[in-house]
Amino acid sequence: MDPTDIARWQFAIITVYHFLFVPITIGLTAIIAGYQTAWLRTRNPHWLRLVRFLGKLFLINFAIGVVTGIVQEFQFGMNWSDYSRFVGDIFGAPLAVEGLLAFFLESTFLGLWIFGWERLPEKVHLACIWLVHLGTVFSAYFILAANSWMQHPVGFAYNPDTGRAEMNDFAAVLLNKVQLVTFPHVLLSAYMTAAAFVVGVAFWNMRRHRDGTDDHRMYRSAVRTGALLVLVAGLGVAVTGDLQGKVMTEVQPMKMAAAEGLYETEAPASFSLFQLGTLDGSKETFAIKVPDLLSFLATGDPKAEVQGIDDLRAEYEETYGQDPGEKYYSAGDYTPVIPLTYWSFRLMIGLGLLAAAGAGVILWSTRRRARRAPGRRVLAIAVALPLLPLLANSFGWIFTEAGRQPWAVFGLMTTDLAVSPGVSAFEVIASLTVLTLLYGGLAVVEVRLLLTYIGRGADPMPEPPDDAAGSSDKPLAFAY
Amino acid sequence: MELTTVWFALIAVLWVGYFTLEGFDFGVGMLLPVLARDDTERRVMINTIGPVWDGNEVWLLVAGGATFAAFPEWYATLFSGFYLPLLLILVALIVRGLAFEYRHKRDDVAWRARWDLAIVVGSAVPAVLWGVAFGNILRGVPIDADKEYVGGFFNLLNPYALLGGVTTLLLFLTHGAMFIALKTDGPIRHRARALATRLGLGAAVAAVAFLGWTQLDTGTTASAVAFVGAAVALLAGVAAATSGREGWGFLGTFVAIALGVAGLFLALFPDVMPTSLADGTTLTTTNAAATAYTLRIMTVVAVVFTPVVLVYQGWTYWVFRKRISTHHIPASTDPGRTPTTPTAPAGSATP
Ligand code: HDD
Ligand code: HEM
Ligand code: HEM
Repeated sequence: MDPTDIARWQFAIITVYHFLFVPITIGLTAIIAGYQTAWLRTRNPHWLRLVRFLGKLFLINFAIGVVTGIVQEFQFGMNWSDYSRFVGDIFGAPLAVEGLLAFFLESTFLGLWIFGWERLPEKVHLACIWLVHLGTVFSAYFILAANSWMQHPVGFAYNPDTGRAEMNDFAAVLLNKVQLVTFPHVLLSAYMTAAAFVVGVAFWNMRRHRDGTDDHRMYRSAVRTGALLVLVAGLGVAVTGDLQGKVMTEVQPMKMAAAEGLYETEAPASFSLFQLGTLDGSKETFAIKVPDLLSFLATGDPKAEVQGIDDLRAEYEETYGQDPGEKYYSAGDYTPVIPLTYWSFRLMIGLGLLAAAGAGVILWSTRRRARRAPGRRVLAIAVALPLLPLLANSFGWIFTEAGRQPWAVFGLMTTDLAVSPGVSAFEVIASLTVLTLLYGGLAVVEVRLLLTYIGRGADPMPEPPDDAAGSSDKPLAFAY
Repeated sequence: MELTTVWFALIAVLWVGYFTLEGFDFGVGMLLPVLARDDTERRVMINTIGPVWDGNEVWLLVAGGATFAAFPEWYATLFSGFYLPLLLILVALIVRGLAFEYRHKRDDVAWRARWDLAIVVGSAVPAVLWGVAFGNILRGVPIDADKEYVGGFFNLLNPYALLGGVTTLLLFLTHGAMFIALKTDGPIRHRARALATRLGLGAAVAAVAFLGWTQLDTGTTASAVAFVGAAVALLAGVAAATSGREGWGFLGTFVAIALGVAGLFLALFPDVMPTSLADGTTLTTTNAAATAYTLRIMTVVAVVFTPVVLVYQGWTYWVFRKRISTHHIPASTDPGRTPTTPTAPAGSATP
């Protein structure tokens, strides 16, 4: 394997891993902030207990999100130095802004929230968790702007003297049309994921209390608010995903063709739910097809033409392949790995739909007039629920990023030329091995810790502060 | 002033922020087995930095991001060139950050001992390696005409750079001891104060040697002023701590680190990464910089948001200004176990 492939594996593993924790962080801060707002409004102790319970789970998750993020920040320079030289003028800016605007906000106010219980006035303390959430949203916005630029470069000019892409319109980079559909899609999928997490956690605990008890009521309200959020956010994810498909067809038609494994241009084009045949889909033997659906996904018009891989390949070769003079292109085959794009696209959508359906079942079976308490089968759905959007997220990214190949920056720089020329295969293998083993070990630790704390359930309502001691001299409520 | 110079200065400020802030939490981490006598005292130490360590670390992330945006060539050469040391730093920061969050989550002696080790090693490794890295940047490393680092790993281990590593290590240890003396109460406070003065003298010796060597090699008048200021601040801080004024003691190490780092950047300017090869390319603030357009945009962002960040980070330190002692530490939070640590006074709220 050459260093480029190892570097790609490393990027994929490291980033997909990081993104297992990120959506939970983004979504859970919003949910916790929402519950804490409800507590201040209603003074119903349920909300406070849920805030403290979910808060602990959140911190277990957040810790890994943060430490794996540090690797993200550095790996462009470490593994992709030629990429960094080529695009730093544009790509570096949103990254730096993200740090300044988002990471400081997140980390500082999270510290205040954790250690500020009973030390800060209640409203200020509530504002802290909302600011943490705002930080995560900023973070998502700027990093996605950077990624969207790689999908669809805008607001720049290529400068032959310096040999790099140079920014001339920052607003265009931030308001990239890919970004405008990607950001809501990712944000909503984060809400969906975190809400599913809450449903799973709360359902598990609800089952352990008899119906009618106080705790049962508390968990039930978490189950139902969570499941409702899964449905609402899921709807939003589908709508924005549909918009994304249209923009994608416009800016990267090859990716849409690869999503279907569509070799020949068709009008109208059908969408296969699955197909069996050769691995790269070039000869299908058996498929279940929904007529016209691909045309609709790609353009909004069920009868429209969708370009196939073969035509697009010829077209790309004409546009990009003729020009080996450019330092950053390598002529070659402009087709991504079809089985990967085909299946990851389906898994993203399919797992998302399953999650929404599961949330529907849970809402139905926990309704007030339900004749029976939900059984084991509903429990199984609830426990599996968090995994579905989580995996859908990963597959969505795998689709997006693998479908962009062989480009690192679409139309500008191919991935094999983006890699660090000075870094040896030994170094990349060393870091790939070390980080993969470390991440694997940490995953085990984190999951076990999460399960322990989920199993423990919410603590009883804390006793009211003992004013005699003075509010700042009491033990820390949320100490390390 | 040229925008490239402004950005060089801003990146210097970010590193000053990083070393002065995370410097003390590295120190606290390394001193965990030295200053604390039992688990509750270890938790006292960790809780002094609990609310702030992540915010401190963000200074590093922003320094990295700002370098990427303002000097892409510097970012690319530095991070791909110093590959293995950076990997070590990353691993250290990962285990250390997790340890703060996870060590108290189970009441199991072996579990805690393992995370404590992660805190100590995870703090010590970057404390040394950042000094080594800066030593190498100042000294110059083999960078070829294509701006690629061609030196390998062992090139980075030279006496000057290693002295840099010893210097940052000792400075951060002193800084951490000063912080503990300032932020805790009870026996640990006195232990920390006594240790800070002893460490401070060691740090002063190393710093004078390293900064003096730097001054002889690449120094300017401005860097000389900064270095002398750093030495004076450090000694004044030690003197203040000896006479029981912990606030001044901490301020002393704070200013010493700030001026030391500032002096290093002054000695470096206008280069950002000099080459040691005759036919290589030295990266400078001009040939490594982004375009004027990007720098202008980034300047606006920095001018608007840096003061905001400083205000709310400053506010955090104000909110948590009180000293912590063992009675602030709640009983174990471990599910399903009886606490083994002293329990908090009655009527307290433990989650
Ligand atoms: C809970 C997670 C989740 C769910 C249920 C869905 N997606 Fe998604 N999707 C993502 C999570 C995601 C993601 C991980 O967030 C991606 C990866 C990159 C991105 O922009 O969002 C993504 C990318 C992505 C892209 C690629 C955009 C590009 O590369 O330019 C398309 C076309 C869609 N999605 C479309 C859909 C449709 C039509 C869905 C359902 C009806 C859907 N997604 C459900
Ligand atoms: C938003 C910020 C992101 C940026 C800037 C980014 C950028 C990159 C870069 C530079 C590469 C390596 C070069 C390449 O293979 O083209 C890459 C590959 C990859 N990324 Fe992303 N990425 C981002 C987010 C993500 C996320 C969140 C995921 C998954 C959860 C992801 C999944 C992948 C995968 C699977 C690859 C490997 C694709 C392949 O090489 O075939 N990326 N991305
Ligand atoms: C490859 C690109 C990426 C880079 C360079 C990156 C960088 C980072 C860094 C440095 C941190 C730690 C911040 C801290 O210490 O507080 C972090 C955490 C975070 N990142 Fe990423 N990230 C990437 C991909 C993504 C994507 C695609 C998103 C969102 C869509 C995202 C959203 C977040 C959020 C919300 C956090 C804070 C919470 C948490 O860590 O769980 N990141 N990221």
